[in-house]
Amino acid sequence: MHIPDGYLSPTSCAIAYGVALPFWLIACRRLKRRLHTRLLPHLALFSAFCFVLMMFNLPLPGGTTGHAVGMAIAAIVLGPWAAVLAVSVALLIQAVFFGDGGITTLGANCLNMAIVGSFVAYGSYRLLAGRSAPDALRRVFAAGIAGYLGINASALLAAIEFGIQPLFFHDATGTPLYAPYPLSVAVPAMMIGHLGPAGIAELVVSAGLVAYLRRSSPELLGGMHPEPAVARKTPRGLWYALAVLMIASPLGLVAAGTAWGEWGADAFQDAAARQAIRHASANIAPPSQAPAGLARLAEFWTAPLPDYAPAFMHSETFGYVLSAFVGVGIILLAYLLISRFVGGPRRALDPYR
Amino acid sequence: MKPRHGLLAGLARHFVEELADSLEAEQLAARAGFLQALDPRAKLLAIILLIVGASTARLLLPLAGLFVLAVVLSLLSQIPLASLVRRVWLVVALFTGLIALPALVLVPGEVIVTLPWCGLGVSRQGLRSAAFLIGRGETCVTLVSLLVMTTPWQQVLKAMRSLGVPVVVVAMLGMTQRYIFLLVQLALQMFEARRSRVIIAPDAAATRRMALAMLGVLLGKSLQLASEVHQAMLARGYRGEVCLLDEFQMCWCDWLVLLLALAVCVVMVLLK
Repeated sequence: MHIPDGYLSPTSCAIAYGVALPFWLIACRRLKRRLHTRLLPHLALFSAFCFVLMMFNLPLPGGTTGHAVGMAIAAIVLGPWAAVLAVSVALLIQAVFFGDGGITTLGANCLNMAIVGSFVAYGSYRLLAGRSAPDALRRVFAAGIAGYLGINASALLAAIEFGIQPLFFHDATGTPLYAPYPLSVAVPAMMIGHLGPAGIAELVVSAGLVAYLRRSSPELLGGMHPEPAVARKTPRGLWYALAVLMIASPLGLVAAGTAWGEWGADAFQDAAARQAIRHASANIAPPSQAPAGLARLAEFWTAPLPDYAPAFMHSETFGYVLSAFVGVGIILLAYLLISRFVGGPRRALDPYR
Repeated sequence: MKPRHGLLAGLARHFVEELADSLEAEQLAARAGFLQALDPRAKLLAIILLIVGASTARLLLPLAGLFVLAVVLSLLSQIPLASLVRRVWLVVALFTGLIALPALVLVPGEVIVTLPWCGLGVSRQGLRSAAFLIGRGETCVTLVSLLVMTTPWQQVLKAMRSLGVPVVVVAMLGMTQRYIFLLVQLALQMFEARRSRVIIAPDAAATRRMALAMLGVLLGKSLQLASEVHQAMLARGYRGEVCLLDEFQMCWCDWLVLLLALAVCVVMVLLK
């Protein structure tokens, strides 16, 4: 999955660097704030470990062999942001020192494996491990599946990067200048290997290492790290801004017309609404009747607060403000419920996160 | 029954080869050659420019010219071609060749040859596409290898710092590279200790369990070592700020090489 130089166009490489850069900067800032003097030795040693892990060619069930990238175990032990940096540094050393992966494609490799792979693996692990105890067997299964999903997400992204090359980068005779295979070839070719041996290798290594840590050092699997010295800031400013936005929500009434594409099924019958649609759509006349699918689906759900103003409300402005409060309340409730099931006390306690 | 020792023996061989390659690179970097004499900053930037040039080339002939330039640079720098063949050209030809080969028949276009035994047509576009892939791969990896083989790693890092890479990243890269070899050595010792205590070759499942246990121990040791290194750094006055000594001096020939590399890169971008 280490993309060498010459497989991706310079434009694709520049975009990949551009997307990866904010993640690197945020990871650096977050970890420097939390780890301070520990940042350098801890990340350097873990990067070295990731590098060595990539060199282990494991015998896999079925008679094949494969090696893991280590994104899942890095994300589980260190947290996703530290994993982003640790795997990125390991990839950079592989590219420069050992010629494994390219220099121009380093941004894409880091994006695929260090960023997307780590975050997918970490998200899956947290979701599957839930609030189980650090030494629970559930964590072993969660780590295995997280590793499998992480490496396959990376592989899929790499396949898409390969697959779009012949679409955009070819010469006048139609010769692909970089990776020559379209998505229909690149995606299956990459995914067969990663759904198979490579994915199984990541699964085995992630699950095996978590099983080992479960017995030897369960504190590394969460919940036992000391409280970080840095106090958590309460986002008070954000709450004030949210309150101002909610109170200012009736400003939407000032705008004339309707938003493009948000027409109801009845708008197709109304002459004034048809004129507005035509005007907003570069003078293209709308169909005489609402499309059958739109008309059918329009009946499917009736909003409890249609047009942000319930029927019993006389003041449209007050209806807007009330809708804003109800909407924000529902979102907060959903967030609290999700955090209760997915998150846990570990998030606030672990200094790496 | 097929002996299973081969899998872990392969791992050990891989470790030893990496160590040997690194040692060879240190020796090559100490030779009196053209690239060795250049300022590391100019060399790093020039190599990056040439790699960008190879990546942007839209014609095969200039790409081939760039590859020839890389070969000439290696000869001027006393890098044995045999070393490049073994470490770079064969590996890239095998890896990229395997990926590029199906392009001959899968890329649609003007058919120039029909394969007699399967009736598939090799297209001109497929052939050119495979040539681009292999040519770019060989040229870029040769250039990176020239940089690594003619420059001690610490100087590459200092040059990266001079070119604006954050000091924390540079320091991290330096420490990581140093501890890679320590961890590799630890893994080898664990492997040898285990192998010297068993009589019967372990099966695949036992080998896998052993490898995972070794990785687990390595992980534990890495984190323990990180804490010890941190304490040692604090004891020596480290307070979160990294300072690197920068004693490089650019001379006129460094500027000339840099300008030439820039010119090559611009020509590659402009040639269509």
